[in-house]
Amino acid sequence: MTGSLHRFANPARFQRLARAVLPWCAGGAALAFVAGLYLSLVTSPPDYQQGDTVRIMYVHVPAAWMALGAYTTMALASAVALIWRHRLGDLIAQSAAPIGAGFTVIALATGMLWGQPMWGTFWVWDARLTSVLVLLFLYLGYIALVHAFDDPERGAKAGAILALVGWINVPIVKFSVDWWNTLHQPASISRFAKPAIHPDILTPLLMMAAAYMLLFATLLLLRVRAAILEHRLRTLAMARAQG
Amino acid sequence: MTELLNMGGYAVFVWSAYGVTLGVLGLMVLDSVMRLKRRQAELERLEGSAE
Repeated sequence: MTGSLHRFANPARFQRLARAVLPWCAGGAALAFVAGLYLSLVTSPPDYQQGDTVRIMYVHVPAAWMALGAYTTMALASAVALIWRHRLGDLIAQSAAPIGAGFTVIALATGMLWGQPMWGTFWVWDARLTSVLVLLFLYLGYIALVHAFDDPERGAKAGAILALVGWINVPIVKFSVDWWNTLHQPASISRFAKPAIHPDILTPLLMMAAAYMLLFATLLLLRVRAAILEHRLRTLAMARAQG
Repeated sequence: MTELLNMGGYAVFVWSAYGVTLGVLGLMVLDSVMRLKRRQAELERLEGSAE
């Protein structure tokens, strides 16, 4: 175990790997965004029921996917940190949290801007909207908890436990539209069924999803790199204070 | 062009949604890049003066 996993978990090695991968993720994200925005705003047709508001879907749905994906990344990294006691797991989890919170804010804000013209209200306390709001509070609570301790190791451990326990909310968000009677519409895309969407609408949606995913990878790598440097800065400062 | 801007009468909602999205994403990019740059500069300063 120690051989293969710890080789990639070595911070210096991670920095080298991140430096090599970063330009590809950032370049890919930029290209996918240009293509995605063009497809969603210009070439895709208005919906026969929702008119042009359907274009909000292209920024809303992938943001919700990433809000859940970032949380799962955070929970997995926290599990690695708790089980193998590896610092890099904590650094990845702590770097994913603010990005996930950002995607959650986008999902909520664009959802409200879609809800007002289509449902006649910005907000309802249905299961989907409420569980996504809980997801935002989990992110914010995690960030606050990690910074609430003088000892960063203790903060990281408390945060890791919260991240893991809070993961229960991810399937609740996902299946809320099936388990409860929500005003929010059910999923349009299923991995197990042929999507009920025309390619003219599916293509921009998937392109924006790719853009969001690549941007998430870019931001995560940037933040983990910064976190590793911060760790080194702290070690240096401590060595100075003692010497 | 005006048709695109008008968004079938839903211009306020559609453009606000895209505005909020790009605004939040832009802020996240800026914050992540600045954070790394700041740490790099600080480390360079500390390690440089250590020798």
